[in-house]
Amino acid sequence: MRPEVLSAMDEVYRNAWGNASSVHAAGRQARALVERARERVAELLRVEPFRIVFTSGGTEANNLALFGAVGAAPGRRHVVVSAIEHHSVLDTARALERGGYRVTTVPADGEGRIGVEAFARALCGDTAVCALMLANNEVGTIQPVRAAAEAAADTGVPLLVDAVAAAGKIPVVVPDLGADLLTLSAHKLGGPQGVGALYVGPGCELAPMLHGGGQERRWRPGTENVAAIVGFGLAAELAGRELDAAAARLRSLSRSLVSAILDADCGAVPTGPADPEARVPGLCSFVFPGLDGEALLVALDLQGVYAGAGAACTSGSLLPSHVLTAMGLPPAACRAALRLSLGRDSQEEDIALAASAVARAVRRQAALARS
Amino acid sequence: MLIVAAMSGGVDSSVAAALLQAEGHDVLGVTMQIWPDEGRERSERGGGCCAMGAVRDARAVATLLGIPYYVFQMREEFERHVIAHFAAAYAAGRTPNPCVACNEHIKFRALLQKARRLGADALATGHYARIAPGPDGAPCLLRSADRHKDQSYVLHPLRREDLGYLRFPTGGMSKADVRALARELGLPVAGKPDSQEICFVGPEGYAAVVAERRPEAARPGPILDVDGRVLGRHRGLAQYTVGQRRGLGLPGPEPWFVVALDPARNAVVAGRVEQIYAVACSVPQAHWLVARVPPPGTRLTAKVRSGPAEYAVTVVESGPDGFGVEFTEPVRAVTPGQACVLYDGDVVVGGGEIGGVRRSAAGDALERTAVV
Repeated sequence: MRPEVLSAMDEVYRNAWGNASSVHAAGRQARALVERARERVAELLRVEPFRIVFTSGGTEANNLALFGAVGAAPGRRHVVVSAIEHHSVLDTARALERGGYRVTTVPADGEGRIGVEAFARALCGDTAVCALMLANNEVGTIQPVRAAAEAAADTGVPLLVDAVAAAGKIPVVVPDLGADLLTLSAHKLGGPQGVGALYVGPGCELAPMLHGGGQERRWRPGTENVAAIVGFGLAAELAGRELDAAAARLRSLSRSLVSAILDADCGAVPTGPADPEARVPGLCSFVFPGLDGEALLVALDLQGVYAGAGAACTSGSLLPSHVLTAMGLPPAACRAALRLSLGRDSQEEDIALAASAVARAVRRQAALARS
Repeated sequence: MLIVAAMSGGVDSSVAAALLQAEGHDVLGVTMQIWPDEGRERSERGGGCCAMGAVRDARAVATLLGIPYYVFQMREEFERHVIAHFAAAYAAGRTPNPCVACNEHIKFRALLQKARRLGADALATGHYARIAPGPDGAPCLLRSADRHKDQSYVLHPLRREDLGYLRFPTGGMSKADVRALARELGLPVAGKPDSQEICFVGPEGYAAVVAERRPEAARPGPILDVDGRVLGRHRGLAQYTVGQRRGLGLPGPEPWFVVALDPARNAVVAGRVEQIYAVACSVPQAHWLVARVPPPGTRLTAKVRSGPAEYAVTVVESGPDGFGVEFTEPVRAVTPGQACVLYDGDVVVGGGEIGGVRRSAAGDALERTAVV
């Protein structure tokens, strides 16, 4: 979390502890802070502030968007999602499927990109909602959201855009994207964990999942998490202001990291788009065919390199990545995935350290496999 | 030394990790995720060794010790090597020991491989067994100091070349000492009861696990006597094991026992008590844990099921692949699918799954269902 954000939240906990829904002065003070934060998040997306609904994070926002859109379109029994969505979209679609909805999953190509034609073909008059993320969280591929939005608009289907992995890395300008619903998570752009947002576009109907109060236009009742929302708002403002410089810096660091790992000649195969402009800056992803990704992560952790692989399940153990599977990689390769994310605090000297740690861990494992 | 400690969330493996840390090693805790479905894990009905509750407890201990902790996903391997094998064994009229299969394929194969891959110098578990140098200096597997807790029986499929990589820090202790030490160290699992049931079997029972994968093992069929006369009907082979008395539902003044299971006829063979004693058994695929296979004529002791009971045997045939032994006294309910493990004093000589059983004179008519 950014230090400025931490200070702002600390200030709320100490001096603005009111319930934002209370009528008294402390409540009004908290309400003003929440609304200021809403403006800041809305500014990042270039939308009207009242269209932002704060949630407990990206997962809740995606659930609310899908369940909400489906619940508000009772005649429609079909949902379209891309194969590379986050589990908070895919598993929600599975839940709808169990409830009798038909789900079409649109495949990805070898770079992790969804074909717009296939996406458009999947839509029909019975489709209640469709989802295509802005950038994939595992391999970084930026998706053709604008074209998908046009296809969705032609069919009259609301499009959900999960922008969690994109925000703070590339512009997330709703009017340019054409999204009807769009989700964010604060901690992905330097804010606190446990807060996110759903943008609800004009003409979008949603049935709430939670009941019990008038907060967040009744779409997300419950006392507002004021400090977290304030932190989110500030993080969004800073991320928007620094976007271009941060993206350029992350792109250059990523380039160094990828070439350092490839130069180490340790069998790394980059995944995702070859063109750096086609992926979010700061996300470097590889597979090491024939190796054990879990053991690799542990070996790196012991060297102080905190990497990621597939998706984490309840216990914190790893499952083969559904994204790499959808990209057509063989199962063995999907078990040897490695994701290195760079951020605001990453420095040029970290790159060499990370690359040599990866090379060391990979070489040791490969040597054992041969012996 | 960097040591991977397999942590089940129980008291033994927790103390094992703590002991290694106290010896000054860099310890890294891991738990294997092996349960077939997360829904059941979440409900936490089972107290099995690798349930979700196990992860929670193991993580709490690792946090207390201040060691890194990881959960490894091994559901697929566990389903393939342990659960599927378990169901297939029942369908084939055998009574499997899934802990043996888990040790052979999961804990001391897949997990051991991971430990090596991540650069660890050793793998430790909380098993009650010891590893010590034998006469030739090479490490041997020995039974635990605590005879009642001894787990060397289920460890017999270890590979000899891996013994030097393994550590059983609690193997020389009694269970009471392990618990006392856990309390002394303030481990939150000090009072946790021992796991008893098969870890992947829920309250619906093991037969449900079998029936789901091998419906033929749940198919009713005849109960026959040793001469092939029909005595009654059974509820599927998976419900029965050799020596079993309950659940046959046969009339008569004398009790009936399961003598054998015959998958070819989908039959349970029942007999009188004297017909469930065996004089010999064979192990077609043996794991040897000593350098020299004991030649025919060697007198050893053997366990034919987990638990402390042990019997005097004479090796009657032996080779790198398998062996056969004769029991000095007839042994009750020697069961195909269970393991026969040979001991020379405290040293585990080798063992493997019982393939065939020869019954005492009274049961000679059964030869055609036996393999020896």
